[in-house]
Amino acid sequence: MTYIELAFEALQYDFIRRALLVGSLIALCCAFLGTFLVLRKLSMIGDGLAHVSFATVALALLLSASPLLVSIPLVILASFAILGLSEKAELHGDAAIGLVSSFSIAVGVLIASIAKGFNVDLMSYLFGSILVISQSDVIISVALSVVVLVIVVFFFNSLFAVTYDEEFARVMGFNTRFLNYLIAVLTSITIALGIRVVGTMLISSLIVFPTVTALQVAKGFKMTIVISAFVSVACVIIGVFTSYILNLPTGATIVLANAVTFALSFSIRRLRIV
Amino acid sequence: MTHLFVVDNLALNYGRHEVMSSITFAVEPGDYIGVAGPNGSGKTSLIKAILGLLPPAAGNITYDPSIAGSRSVGYLPQKAIQSDTLFPAKVKEVVAMGLLAHKRGARFFNASDYEKVEAVLSKLGVAELADKKIGSLSGGQQQRVLLARAMVSSPRLLVLDEPTSALDPKIREEFYELLGQLNEQDGVTILLVSHDMASIGKYTKKLLYLDRQIVFYGSYDEFCVSGEMGAYFGPLSQHQFCWRHSHDVH
Repeated sequence: MTYIELAFEALQYDFIRRALLVGSLIALCCAFLGTFLVLRKLSMIGDGLAHVSFATVALALLLSASPLLVSIPLVILASFAILGLSEKAELHGDAAIGLVSSFSIAVGVLIASIAKGFNVDLMSYLFGSILVISQSDVIISVALSVVVLVIVVFFFNSLFAVTYDEEFARVMGFNTRFLNYLIAVLTSITIALGIRVVGTMLISSLIVFPTVTALQVAKGFKMTIVISAFVSVACVIIGVFTSYILNLPTGATIVLANAVTFALSFSIRRLRIV
Repeated sequence: MTHLFVVDNLALNYGRHEVMSSITFAVEPGDYIGVAGPNGSGKTSLIKAILGLLPPAAGNITYDPSIAGSRSVGYLPQKAIQSDTLFPAKVKEVVAMGLLAHKRGARFFNASDYEKVEAVLSKLGVAELADKKIGSLSGGQQQRVLLARAMVSSPRLLVLDEPTSALDPKIREEFYELLGQLNEQDGVTILLVSHDMASIGKYTKKLLYLDRQIVFYGSYDEFCVSGEMGAYFGPLSQHQFCWRHSHDVH
């Protein structure tokens, strides 16, 4: 059977269709937000919040609660803690991310060691597992992803202004603090949704890879987001089908697809210069 | 004549540290004021207070309703904040940013906004750069683009903080001439912070000299005959301001 035939065969399974739907929407959210985060040199906030989500998932499993519903508010609170530490304690952003991230991992490990019995489930959140995406997860993910995308589109020009020159944005009367917290909230929601598909260890790659790939070839800001969104969704689709066909872990396959795309894009830019 | 804005007994702090105090002056429409002073004299702090970025510790700044709310104030920083060549912003996208203060809600652009962007780029002689990445431009071109961003909303007040410090002398002269045209022909009020005493003396109409308080505020005619200023600066420095002003402006 060819790759295409095998891909069509995969589509008959509910879990594949769910993974494609949820994964594509998460990929779009990551691409939109990633452009702002990468250009503001905040790429690692995705990594830090993903580590927080490891602790929140452990807590949810301990309490036998929905990991998604526990993770979203707690990851948002952690993002506020990062911003608050940067503002109030005058820490650099990367130091604040490091503090919150390592603290959360420690909490997650402690919970996992205290409450034995759910470590297999926890592992599936570490590296992602499309088999654990339930119908209710799909509904929540689709609804929240659409909300994230609509908000980003609504505030697009304001977010661009703050990303390019925060001081100028303040002179023009923008509430830059609100916009910074808005990005933090949207990123937190996206991270919490995305760990189902690619896992807490790999979700930040969906924020970073598509944007840096687009930056190699795009000239304008809008074009960067369009290319980033296309690359991001394409890599999820390729990753889901390839992992099914070759029996590989889905999250890792999606990230590898992104890495290959970045290498191609980087080569195109270098060849143009040479 | 109605003042464009009035600074009344202003004091500014950074944390607990007092930067400046007892600052009182008024700016009239059409003024072109050079703001000078030694390092740490409070030039940039004063500019930030006027722009609404630094709250007063005491006193206040009262704006004419035509420029209240930052909607009719253009601002040009020292240099492009994003000098990263990979930053994916086209010149026209950066300039259009200057129109966002006039918008509410989603702040989307329309066709007339892009016409304004094209018009201001043409006026400043950089229309051909509209689709270029800003990071790929020279320092002088970037400053013209940022001036276009500050001017695109047709502001009544233009505030510039050391705008030429990264430019070579020839480009610097061209830039000052451009500012002079905006002041003379379009009636834009300009507040120009600079270390470049000779250029301030050459191009601006008034001098505001700070050293944590106001040392001098007024016209060059007043400054150049002031014995007090002669004693403060020394005859040589006073002459440097006044010689360039009298030879190049009048």
